[in-house]
Amino acid sequence: MIEILDLTKNYGHVVGVKNLNFTVEKGEVLGFLGPNGAGKTTTMNIITGYMPSTKGTVKVCGYDIMEQPTEVKKRIGYLPEQPPIYMDMTVLDYLNFVGELKKVDKKIKKSQLDDIMELVKITDVRKRMIKNLSKGYKQRVGLAQALIGKPEVLVLDEPTVGLDPKQIIEIRKLIKALGKDHTIILSSHILTEVSAVCERVVIIHKGEIAAIDTPENLSKSFGTMSKMSITISGPKNSVVNSIKEIYGVKYVEASVEKEKDIITYIVESDKDLDVRKPIFFAMAKAGYPIMELKSLGMSLEDIFLQVVTEDKEVV
Amino acid sequence: MQAIFWKEVKSYFYSPIAYVLIGMFTLISSIMFWPNLVAGYGDFNGNLGSMGYILIFLVPILTMRILSEDRKNGTEVLLLTSPIKLSNVVIGKYLAALFVFLIMIFISFLYPIILVIFGSSITPQLVGGYVGLILLGASFIAVGIFASSITENQVIAAVIGFVALLVIWLADGIGSMVGGVAAKILYWFSLLSRYEDFNNGILSLSALVYYISFISVFLFVTIMIIERRRWSQR
Repeated sequence: MIEILDLTKNYGHVVGVKNLNFTVEKGEVLGFLGPNGAGKTTTMNIITGYMPSTKGTVKVCGYDIMEQPTEVKKRIGYLPEQPPIYMDMTVLDYLNFVGELKKVDKKIKKSQLDDIMELVKITDVRKRMIKNLSKGYKQRVGLAQALIGKPEVLVLDEPTVGLDPKQIIEIRKLIKALGKDHTIILSSHILTEVSAVCERVVIIHKGEIAAIDTPENLSKSFGTMSKMSITISGPKNSVVNSIKEIYGVKYVEASVEKEKDIITYIVESDKDLDVRKPIFFAMAKAGYPIMELKSLGMSLEDIFLQVVTEDKEVV
Repeated sequence: MQAIFWKEVKSYFYSPIAYVLIGMFTLISSIMFWPNLVAGYGDFNGNLGSMGYILIFLVPILTMRILSEDRKNGTEVLLLTSPIKLSNVVIGKYLAALFVFLIMIFISFLYPIILVIFGSSITPQLVGGYVGLILLGASFIAVGIFASSITENQVIAAVIGFVALLVIWLADGIGSMVGGVAAKILYWFSLLSRYEDFNNGILSLSALVYYISFISVFLFVTIMIIERRRWSQR
């Protein structure tokens, strides 16, 4: 659906993005993850034809963005980080205007706009001026704009930035629902968001791709340690010492003392060795009851930080 | 193009700017019309020349936000990622500003109508003067749009537009002072020297072609500037 080949963008001497290569399949929701200034917006601006690339090609549905920009633009709905809305228009006027820009057939325009407004839940504010709407509603109007013309591909740049938690959850739900019949590229620097919504993740750092995979596979391939939290009732020092003696345990740290002598420890061990059983028997032998044991999977956040810091060390 | 045109016309009239400009134009030209009434002076061509002078101040205000605002608010992204040609965007916006200007001119028809009621007649000079004034304003708007495309600050756009129009207005005078090649270049930009023909009641084809080329060149350069910025933006 979207093929990106050797994409490079320089801003004078500054590298925006460098040799990006990836494809997005039809119907896929791809997450674009990276710290601020990593090149997410640059890539999206190139894919949508807002900005030309220095080198490399972008093909959307088989059309090259440089050679047939109009064909590509017809098939993409773009929500930039700052929604491209006119403050002095009403929601309905604005969406009508976008409908005309995107050359939606006049006969179906009204019903299409009604459907979209219903979908993003802005029907009841349609007659209000956009400047009087809250940030969440403005974002939705921006999203509605991207949906006009029924594009096959949606490119959403930080769609939940600046929203309150309730709105974030709603927008995420909406994106998930849209993912059923759209190909979506979504950028974010919030990791939970990407893991909640996306099927595949591209981690981009300093303009280069640091990793591409599903969130689960990334957890697997990047986690060399398994991590757990154990709450044990017993004196701190002797508990730490007896856990340290167990084969495979790399690291123990007392984190929270809940009651007197009931302490939560964070234990890291080799990935291939299951240390839960040995810990149980050692504690039973010592007479320190285990109150709680929870394995902590490597979160996307850990992976992300690992990727980003690894890169820094290389540089 | 139609979509852009109607959107811009609406935004002129949803905001106070169109009313303020039309009001100001009408007010000032009415003050200038006062002597005609008091003295019973039937010639209106002098007034038309003065209206051209007012336009130097009003047109930059009319056009200042037309492209700069899109850049500042981020709506430029929408226009450039929609399946519509950039030239259509610029021409649509140009026509919208022209439309507001034509409303001003249309209202000013009242004065010659009053003169005709009092026994004056519609002369070739009057018709020519109006045609010339419309072409002059249309050219000014093209300069204003160009000024709006080079900055994202409306005030700077207005100032640049105003200075550019002032130079164009005084091109003949400055040219005769400096002389040489500079004078020749300035003369190319002299919208006023072509205006004289119209004011004398001559519908000169070469002047007409000149104005149309002038407008086309400025709109073309505007498109190029936006296009160039896409390629070199930060």
